[in-house]
Amino acid sequence: MERDAVNDERLLLLSPADNVLVAICAIECGSSLTVGGKTIQVAERIPLGFKVAARDITAGQKIFKYGAHIGSATRDISAGSTVHVHNMKSDYLPTYKPEVHARHDSSD
Amino acid sequence: MPAMTQATEIFGYARKDGRKGIRNVVVVVYLVECAQHVAREIAYPFRTRGVHLIGFGGCYPNEYAARMMRQLCTHPNVGGVLLVSLGCESFDRQGLAETIRDSGRPVETLVIQQTGGTRKTVALGRVWVESTLGALGATPRQLMSIDELVIGTVCGGSDATSGLTANPAVGRAFDLLVAERATAIFEETGELIGCEHIMAARASNPALADVLVAAVEKAAHYYTVLGHGSFAPGNADGGLTTQEEKSMGAYSKSGSSRISGLIKPGDVPAAGGLYLLDVVPDGEVRFGFPNINDIAEIAELIACGSHLILFPTGRGSVVGSAISPVVKICANPETYRRMSEDMDVNAGRILEGAATLDDVGREIFDLAVATAQGRRTTSESLGHQEFVLTYKSFEPIGPACLPVPA
Repeated sequence: MERDAVNDERLLLLSPADNVLVAICAIECGSSLTVGGKTIQVAERIPLGFKVAARDITAGQKIFKYGAHIGSATRDISAGSTVHVHNMKSDYLPTYKPEVHARHDSSD
Repeated sequence: MPAMTQATEIFGYARKDGRKGIRNVVVVVYLVECAQHVAREIAYPFRTRGVHLIGFGGCYPNEYAARMMRQLCTHPNVGGVLLVSLGCESFDRQGLAETIRDSGRPVETLVIQQTGGTRKTVALGRVWVESTLGALGATPRQLMSIDELVIGTVCGGSDATSGLTANPAVGRAFDLLVAERATAIFEETGELIGCEHIMAARASNPALADVLVAAVEKAAHYYTVLGHGSFAPGNADGGLTTQEEKSMGAYSKSGSSRISGLIKPGDVPAAGGLYLLDVVPDGEVRFGFPNINDIAEIAELIACGSHLILFPTGRGSVVGSAISPVVKICANPETYRRMSEDMDVNAGRILEGAATLDDVGREIFDLAVATAQGRRTTSESLGHQEFVLTYKSFEPIGPACLPVPA
């Protein structure tokens, strides 16, 4: 099996286009983690399935996972940091709005 | 794991319509719930000899169910059909028998009220099945290429690992299949809310992109009316941050190929490529849930011509299906260890650093080909032949749904 030399083996790159990696097991606080060829100390426990920045991401940049745009950064994120609700947001604008529909129904 | 070495020749069962089957099963079909026991009794002694039970429980007519039945009874994996009718139900048994006869398949109809009850019908049915099984041995086999394969995917019993291992690995396998010009079908529009625009960007033309977005909007509306708010923003506890990220986990089964069209249950794509199956009914909300369980979705994929089904599961579903084999891909390594007899692929190895997504995607592709060559899946070996068909209603697809390739 080929190994991604620049990233820790506990981090999964789902698509080459991605700027986040996914933890495939819990990574404990204080352990060292190689991301993008650099080794960092983990500041906070990273649970299974959580995202980690694959490189430095600046506020406003799009976040890519599965090769898809899944939201954007709300602040600067350094490589190796967890990416979650505290530093990214959804860019999804539903074309179908349930609340509009519900209001319409109740006025009938 | 070393790459599977195999001859790629598939010898399919040749059918009159030009399609080829990878199995040659006899289906015993009850046309109303009241005929199910008799049909089941007929099929039971033959259950390990490729005789499957399917049927429709409803007494009142439904065009969707009638079309599903026509497509299932003339599916390339089906070699012969025994229809079992009580006699007073409204299902058009003559029309169905005619369609099957025109397809070149042996067909017999037993009407319980005319035959003289349970015992006589069961006896007659078993004689017919026995003689038909003998005759099916003579079905001509023809070389079948990968581009003639139709493969569907649906996931069930998902957990936090599904979107990391089994689903994207199926996506890799779908990319390999589409590159070989096979037909690959994905579905579950209700789980694609949030990634409809990501999906639309992969449509083969702009009109199809609009169709794909509209299909997801229809699903959102349908589930809202049913009062199901399962589309809350992603589950933050599992590390999912946004709605689009959550939906991408399910959507990743589709891989990264261009999307060639949108189909509805019973539509069989004329050419290879990647298709979205729209399983949410059209029109006002009626008949309840779009699909009451995973089995109903498998049946719809089969009605679209699927020769086999790729079924990722995290928590550990055991299902198989009548007519087409189900290949189960286990996302979670712990589930795999607990239920390995029910699983065909251990995608959970990805979480243990023992395989990459590409490795598992290739393994799924190879296993799909081996299954087409006759290798039995775990659910086939264990005798799984689940089937369910319910009431639904659909409008035919419009011209924008299947753009002619440029």
